[in-house]
Amino acid sequence: MRYVIIGNSAAAIGCVEGIRQVDQEGPITIISREKYHTYSRPLISYLLAGKTDGERMKYRADDFYEKNGCEVMLGRTAVAIDSLAKTVLLDNGERVPFDRLLCATGSKPFVPAMEGLESVPVKHTFLSLDDAKALDQDLTEESRVMILGAGLIGLKCAEGIAKKVKSVTVVDLAEQILPSILDTAAAAMVQKHIERQGIRFILGTSAKCFTPSRAELKNGSAVDFDVLVLAVGVRPEVELLKNAGADIERGVQVDSHCMTSLPDIYAAGDCTQSYDITSGTERVLALLPNAYRQGEVCGLNMAGLETSYDKAIPMNAIGFFGLHMLTAGSYVGEEYVVQSDSAYKKLVTRQGVLKGYILVGDVARAGIYTALIRDETPLDTIDYELIKEKPQLIAFSKGKRDRVLGGA
Amino acid sequence: MKRIYVNEKWCLGCHLCEYYCAFANSGEKDMVKALKGVQINPRIQVEEKDGISFAVSCRHCEEPLCVKGCITGALHLVDGVIEIDKEKCVGCYTCILTCPYGCVMPSDEGVIQKCELCLNNAGGKPACVEHCPNKAIVFEER
Repeated sequence: MRYVIIGNSAAAIGCVEGIRQVDQEGPITIISREKYHTYSRPLISYLLAGKTDGERMKYRADDFYEKNGCEVMLGRTAVAIDSLAKTVLLDNGERVPFDRLLCATGSKPFVPAMEGLESVPVKHTFLSLDDAKALDQDLTEESRVMILGAGLIGLKCAEGIAKKVKSVTVVDLAEQILPSILDTAAAAMVQKHIERQGIRFILGTSAKCFTPSRAELKNGSAVDFDVLVLAVGVRPEVELLKNAGADIERGVQVDSHCMTSLPDIYAAGDCTQSYDITSGTERVLALLPNAYRQGEVCGLNMAGLETSYDKAIPMNAIGFFGLHMLTAGSYVGEEYVVQSDSAYKKLVTRQGVLKGYILVGDVARAGIYTALIRDETPLDTIDYELIKEKPQLIAFSKGKRDRVLGGA
Repeated sequence: MKRIYVNEKWCLGCHLCEYYCAFANSGEKDMVKALKGVQINPRIQVEEKDGISFAVSCRHCEEPLCVKGCITGALHLVDGVIEIDKEKCVGCYTCILTCPYGCVMPSDEGVIQKCELCLNNAGGKPACVEHCPNKAIVFEER
């Protein structure tokens, strides 16, 4: 069995580790556009802040490929998939044959059309190691940086560069920061914390037009900058599979075994959409733990061990300047909210199960909440009053505790 | 694989496991020196309410969500034991988000900590087990 993987990040590595649980022999070829050993993409902001380095941000040890029998083609781009001949065409004209293929192409930055944007000489997106290195090259202590987008990527970028530049201004069309993970109350709290670090926000408006170092905003104000970072959003990188004839909606559509509509061709990670059990909808859940698990499930299935990918939920762990927030699920339902100066907690229940939560500040043992969501545990089988107070196992039945802690 | 198991029926709620855990991981040779005046942050934690008590520490799951979800690769398996590479960890807390039992916690050094069965400290075997006065915590194959 010849395995080919396009991509070299979390889903791809999960796939290798999935395959090797079942098949220790079949050759694996990894094709990666980027020239680097597998690295942790979310660490690029930590790299700019000096909190990690090229060595430590490697997602797996140096001998990972060798140990797992992987041939790695770095700096090579897959340009087409022939699903009938079962080959991948590379940018150098070479054709790589496969029996099973994983497409783990991730996402690409989404840059909306904006008047005058092409006239801005110093602009960057912030998704890859090369993006981070290029941005870093352009930063000086005198740089005024404008970041378009107050989402996860834009704000991690802001945190990463805050100490290296003169000023950071974040602009977003949304009225609040981090709209994909926080409600307005939590967002206000986090925004205040980030502002105390000297970051300026202009929310509820967007750029009308650009000149080389100035953005005119729709609310009539303007921002002068030396460096522009475009962090409006990302889109699944689906072109290869689309051109090969696979079914695509928001992202690549896959079945419960993570196979695309094309036989023997699998997809995992940020390029796919998956079924979110908390909202009951197909969504792009572009987050690393899901990418790894989906990749692993692909690997298991590719090697012949039938495995389902289920229980996918949105979830996020992120922090800014020492303030941590953990979130999961969806926020439609009955709310329970506790707020203090330093912490915020929201639990959302619907149809007798926990559907989502937001924790800011005090995040201890949050995974107990995540598990309640993922397992759709009926709340009438636990002491929900205790769970509301804090995540704790004493809220569960004696039988469950005996199984978990006593191995019963 | 040998794991730590707790029998809540035998737990006295004395919290000695927490103190011995903190001591074992302090790097100090003297318990008084290690713990006097210190707000301990042990890797095993006792839950208690209405006469029920039990200690909770890493289950070293066979399907470890913390390891699989770790964004840096800092959490990894060594012969079934879940260990943390503190050099790689950036303290993103994804493991706190994913551990179903609440057994990974922030460490005082800024990243995270978890029970490593005392394999990586001077103890070499679980201090919580060794010092549990009522044998409510055991280290065995089940």
